Amino acid sequence: MTLTITPEALREVALTQSEYDQIVELLGRAPTAVELGMFGAMWSEHCGYKNSRPLLKHFPTSGSRVLQGPGENAGAVDIGDGLAVVFKIESHNHPSAVEPYEGAATGVGGIVRDIFTMGARPVALLNSLRFGPLDRQRNQYLFGGVVGGIGGYGNCLGIPTVGGDIYFDEKYNGNPLVNAMCVGIVEHDKIMRAKASGIGNLVVLVGADTGRDGIHGATFASVENPEESHRGVVQVGNPFLEKLLLEACLEALEIEGVVAMQDLGAAGLTSSIVECASKGEVGIEIDVQRVSRRESGMSAYEVMLSESQERMLIIVTEEALPELRAIFERWDLHSDVIGTVTDDGNVRILDGGEIVANVPASLYTDECPVYIREGIESAAIVEARERDLSDVTDLASDAIGDTLLRLLASHNICSREPVVRTYDHTIMSNTVTPPLDADAAVVRVKGTNKAIAIKTDCNPRYVYLDPHLGGQHAVAEAARNVSCTGAEPLALTNCLNFGSPEKPDGYFQLQQAVLGMAEAAEALGTPVISGNVSLYNESGDEAILPTPTVGVVGLIEDVNQRAGMAPTNGSVLILLGTQEATLGASEYLSVVHGLVAGSPPALDLTVEHNVQSLVRSLIGVGLVTAAHDTSEGGLLVALAEMLIASESGATVELQQVLDANAGRLDRTCFGEAASRVIVATSAGNADAVIQRAQQSGVPAVRLGTVGGDALELDVAESVAVTTMKRKWESGLKVGR
Amino acid sequence: MRFGVVIFPGSNGDHDALKSVELGLQEEVVPIWHKDTSIDNCDALLIPGGFTYGDYLRAGAIARFSPIMEAVTEFAERGGPILGICNGFQILTEAGLLPGALAKNSELTFRCDWIHVRVESDRTPFTATLDPGTVLRLPIAHGQGRYVVSESQLAELEANDQIVFRYTDSQGIEHDDYNPNGSTAHIAGVCNERGNVVGLMPHPERAYDALIGGDEGLKILRSVVDAGLSTVRA
Repeated sequence: MTLTITPEALREVALTQSEYDQIVELLGRAPTAVELGMFGAMWSEHCGYKNSRPLLKHFPTSGSRVLQGPGENAGAVDIGDGLAVVFKIESHNHPSAVEPYEGAATGVGGIVRDIFTMGARPVALLNSLRFGPLDRQRNQYLFGGVVGGIGGYGNCLGIPTVGGDIYFDEKYNGNPLVNAMCVGIVEHDKIMRAKASGIGNLVVLVGADTGRDGIHGATFASVENPEESHRGVVQVGNPFLEKLLLEACLEALEIEGVVAMQDLGAAGLTSSIVECASKGEVGIEIDVQRVSRRESGMSAYEVMLSESQERMLIIVTEEALPELRAIFERWDLHSDVIGTVTDDGNVRILDGGEIVANVPASLYTDECPVYIREGIESAAIVEARERDLSDVTDLASDAIGDTLLRLLASHNICSREPVVRTYDHTIMSNTVTPPLDADAAVVRVKGTNKAIAIKTDCNPRYVYLDPHLGGQHAVAEAARNVSCTGAEPLALTNCLNFGSPEKPDGYFQLQQAVLGMAEAAEALGTPVISGNVSLYNESGDEAILPTPTVGVVGLIEDVNQRAGMAPTNGSVLILLGTQEATLGASEYLSVVHGLVAGSPPALDLTVEHNVQSLVRSLIGVGLVTAAHDTSEGGLLVALAEMLIASESGATVELQQVLDANAGRLDRTCFGEAASRVIVATSAGNADAVIQRAQQSGVPAVRLGTVGGDALELDVAESVAVTTMKRKWESGLKVGR
Repeated sequence: MRFGVVIFPGSNGDHDALKSVELGLQEEVVPIWHKDTSIDNCDALLIPGGFTYGDYLRAGAIARFSPIMEAVTEFAERGGPILGICNGFQILTEAGLLPGALAKNSELTFRCDWIHVRVESDRTPFTATLDPGTVLRLPIAHGQGRYVVSESQLAELEANDQIVFRYTDSQGIEHDDYNPNGSTAHIAGVCNERGNVVGLMPHPERAYDALIGGDEGLKILRSVVDAGLSTVRA
């Protein structure tokens, strides 16, 4: 059966005429309908990375601890004791724009499957979320739905949600971002890969039945206007079934004869079969008639492209099949033998006796077209970045208190407690530092004295105003947050959320951000071990703020040598790192002056590296007991956050910092800078901390002492901690 | 002493229940699968939390029909100590082993937090070594934890000394503000008439080590060991 190709038919699979011509040339014939659907899915940006692949090559991906880099379901990093931490972040943006609860829920489900497919026990979840401002009802609905979906799925699975980040900006109005990260633990020798092998081995599909949900999901994740294109494409999650699948799969991986495992995510059966065959350099033949269905009358095309959730593909020897089936029966899950591994390299799909697709696996993967485009920066953004900010009126001394309270209540800074309280963070009894108590979540590793620290981050305004520098910041800030707990950052995962790469200014952002991230990852010794790309985040003609979300995992060798954010009464606060801040790209400039302008803070990666390693060593030797980086809102907001956490005041002198900022109060108090951390130490150790900083070549200035019930400043009137706390806690409400 | 942890499809607190006994109490513990039909050589049972069968019909409503529940009921009738935690509490009320029901939190959302409960009765094996009035800091994590009984049932519970834990502030004082889910009369946990079956919404099995936020849950678990009340090993 061949197909007369029409523009409509191509639109259906999101392929261009020239891509179609390429397929015909590769095959030497017209593709069948099923083949065309499979090509559409595999050659989508979501699966094929056709716009991003050449750029991703810039990322450093190796290191002494890297056990598995990009290319598998998730990356893996050695943490000693024969254990590895497996992690990845992935987007579920387009579905969440249409059906926020199920979109976010299935996003969590997908990333969790990626982790246990590797043989790892998932131990922590994080989420990086972006929405339009909450004064719009639609955004409230999306926000409430996404938060509900994350909790609904993660809580049921019994995996703690321990952290993440949330950010609001008008540019996310039509395209919210939902990036879910999962971290798992596995013994080195139990890491499983999605590489089919053993001619004659069986291909088994386990878990949920296959339905018509999510057909073309991968394809439509790669086009604009999600609200229009995604109707009827969103999958519905069943966390209960995923929990059974998780337990059954981890049990099944103990069987000798299980040679590969691959979850069914984007592009369903198509992608998982092609990936397994292609990675193993073998062929796979399956019969769609043997796939259990949840509805009747499904065509081979629909079965191959369904994105029904909670399914897994397992390659197993014939001898081990009975043992495998027994495990799934015990968990009341069915296991269908749907095909075999073959030696001809072809992915052959049968529908009963009839061959409906027969294409070498490599054509779907290796031959996926790659586009290297020309990036040109938008003139409007150049103008915004180059805007002279010296005409911005400085703050009066008596306005500082009110400005601080205003920033504390603003949506990008205020407390995330209303969100995190709906996520179970105590289950699995590993959570050492709850979500709001430190710059990164700290989760212990049972059976060792170790803990891992995890954080997601990205300041998209920085990336918007300067994608190269902003990309560096995203990596540096996530790593800095991890360092502030005392953990050594080991590696990172990222989710590249951008607009259309087909527009020169969109491609420019993607390209420059990736280059910046790659440089920072190299400089900070955190290789990229996994990730995902989500392009075409546009509605109407408006793209999102470029958002390369970074997730960093770090290691604390001795869990007792760690720091939170709250300083104890009587401790001395010291600012480590640069004192000069800028209003450029700052939260202050946006909230108070309504300006998105200026250049983001300068970032010297060597200084950044030194500041982070200093902070870690100070925590490691017990000199520093609390640490907090200064990010959105600058120095005063960071100080306020620490004091709110400890429910005590402090007496603080900012004169020296004021001098470093040309006497400008706004820059001193609310300007932003990279490579800056406020640490707390005991009065007796303050000199030692400053001395060690000097030895490391890191500037250090004593800010003041914790005590009393207000933030007492030399440059402004005092603010009561209870007032700050009330404002900070009042900012966010989660609708439902 | 040997504990058994009953595991249903969708249980997710089983890991913590097992670890709290193994690492926290350093006592013996074994998993019991819901398809089993007998409980052998266990001195006390923990029914852990989770979302059994997805809680799709009503929390705990389907798990009560699992094959193991007959043996659990028999264990209870023999006087064996049983602690139902969170979803385990919901299952025990659905099974009729404990009075009352658990409804959606008054806020209608899932809530995860650390709260305080006051021990109200020391007549159960899980509170036998604790003085009434003792305040314990424990985590909660539930969406359906609002304990509901009728007024007459409440009077009966009071009269029979069946209220085991109440939500309070850190000083042991009751206020509505410290009732995290809107439970009737601030009730966090109850027991059956005999006192050997206890259910509560907070999670003692997640509070067995100061490193993970607290270890006061151990007091509940250790009580059944120290009290030496169990004489029911089959």
